[in-house]
Amino acid sequence: MLNLALKMLLGDKAKYIMLISGLTFAALLMTEQAAIFCGIMQWCGSTLDNVGAPIWVVDPMVEQVNDTEAMRDTDVGRVRSVEGVAWAAPLYQGNLRTHMRDGSFKFVQLIGIDATTFAGAPRDIIQGRLDDLRLPNTVILDEYGSKKLSHDPAKPIGLGETFEINDREARVVGICKTRMSFSGNPYLFTTYDQAVQYAPSTRKMLSCVLAGAAPGQDPAQVARRINQATGLKAYTKNEFFWLSIWWYIKNTGIPVAFGATVVLGFVVGLAISSQTFYSFVLENLRNLGALKAMGASDGILARMIMLQTFTVGLIGYGCGVGLATVFGLIVLKKGMPPFFLPWQLPLITLAAILFICWLAASLGIRKIRNLEPAIVFRG
Amino acid sequence: MNEIAVQTSSVCKGFGEGEARTEVLKEVNFEARMGELLMLVGPSGCGKTTLLSVIAGTLGVDRGEVDVFNSSLHALGKRAVTQFRAANIGFIFQQYNLIPTLDCVENVSVPLRIQGQKAAVADKKAAAMLETVGLGKRMHHRPNMLSGGQQQRVAIARALVHDPRLIICDEPTAALDSENGTKVMELLRGVAARPDRCVIVVTHDNRIFKYADRMTHMEDGRIDHTDTKENNALEHN
Repeated sequence: MLNLALKMLLGDKAKYIMLISGLTFAALLMTEQAAIFCGIMQWCGSTLDNVGAPIWVVDPMVEQVNDTEAMRDTDVGRVRSVEGVAWAAPLYQGNLRTHMRDGSFKFVQLIGIDATTFAGAPRDIIQGRLDDLRLPNTVILDEYGSKKLSHDPAKPIGLGETFEINDREARVVGICKTRMSFSGNPYLFTTYDQAVQYAPSTRKMLSCVLAGAAPGQDPAQVARRINQATGLKAYTKNEFFWLSIWWYIKNTGIPVAFGATVVLGFVVGLAISSQTFYSFVLENLRNLGALKAMGASDGILARMIMLQTFTVGLIGYGCGVGLATVFGLIVLKKGMPPFFLPWQLPLITLAAILFICWLAASLGIRKIRNLEPAIVFRG
Repeated sequence: MNEIAVQTSSVCKGFGEGEARTEVLKEVNFEARMGELLMLVGPSGCGKTTLLSVIAGTLGVDRGEVDVFNSSLHALGKRAVTQFRAANIGFIFQQYNLIPTLDCVENVSVPLRIQGQKAAVADKKAAAMLETVGLGKRMHHRPNMLSGGQQQRVAIARALVHDPRLIICDEPTAALDSENGTKVMELLRGVAARPDRCVIVVTHDNRIFKYADRMTHMEDGRIDHTDTKENNALEHN
């Protein structure tokens, strides 16, 4: 009977397409919007990825990585002296305005790293050399910035080109790959000493201290020791990432906006699928009654309905997640909007779609269970 | 006299509650025998279809006994009644009730598939039955590609394919013209009526009365009288 159930479903093309469309739309909306949300959250912590350090030490009042409070330069030495710390290096980060030769200006996320150790340097340099950063007035720009800062995006900024930051010259000696920042500003790397020259002068300039645990030491334990010894706040990269993510979740409307769209996708999918499937059952009520009269048990009919709903559910899910993935591949090439599809997301969408199918099937099964087979004798 | 296939004793069935309650079957005593084609006739609303539903086990009774092939149908559990129907009863409906998205072979194979037979086996038997009812060339047509008469022949094939002992027909010719109605009844007489089978036909259609071995008249929820060939009463209808 089960293959007949599939033929009954596929035979009613209009309803079949409607069901698939509804579930595809639901799966697409839930996956795509959740993936964009995850992408934005990933951007929130992109500095942590672009500046790869295992331990981040910041002012105790700092709540997230993109909003740091300046510390004293001597704090680097205090961190370095804590037991279990292998190395510690200063880091400057700030949003500064660049002035291009053609008069245009753009904001960049300036990262100043230790010139001696290059701790926190970009990992994937695609043009130029990291060592050239030790030359005066030099910067390494990220690939996105090389296009964004250029007057003509078809001719990205290349090695040797110059612009100004705070009336000081900056010469590009490298192009690197980075993950996009939350603000959308390109990353610009230079040395710490150079960064504090570019940045407007304030009493304290040190944004963070980057540190590494000695071999055999647990970074989380070392971070706790730094907390106790210095009164500063030290986090492992992972801790600081989640602290930042939760700050954005609690303090911005981002989760509400995306959550509302995800819920909308679920509700629309549920409404379309349940309504369409229920009307499919109603339209077939006489036929289902005839099957019941001919000796089909409630169990057989329930299995037929479950098969029909879960078939359209899984096809709709496949189409929806497939479209979301295609969308992701396209936007990832262009860099906008943010998109990150962790493996858990398709599973959560699958669970939601299966729940929708189960609910739609339950309505149909309930109707059939209460159906008197004698209905078929009524003209 | 042939063995009794169906017997009801003092069957009562009503619908509704309180003042709105209507007694449709009132102390109905009815019997149908193996090897006969029995017609159940009477004016609209006299309870023919309700009695048919009760005999088929698709409707319960308020009081009385219903025995089909010596099984007290309403003493059986719901699941057992369903299994009994699947094994012993073939149905022919006024509106055919063929599944529109399935072709003729698939529609006819439904009772076999309900019994759990494999699709290939069921389809083979269904195809043979379609040959028997003269639709061998229409096996893979869908119901909407067939005339009303052809659709009813598919329904007859479906009712017979699992070789049931009781065939229940509800107004099988009501939606057909005279020519197709005659064909359907001749088919029922020729293929369905056998010594080891009982055919009960509910009908209004006096054009087909001549095909009956016996004709039971209902009136206001009661069996009024039964005409038989022996008493020549059928000739006068």
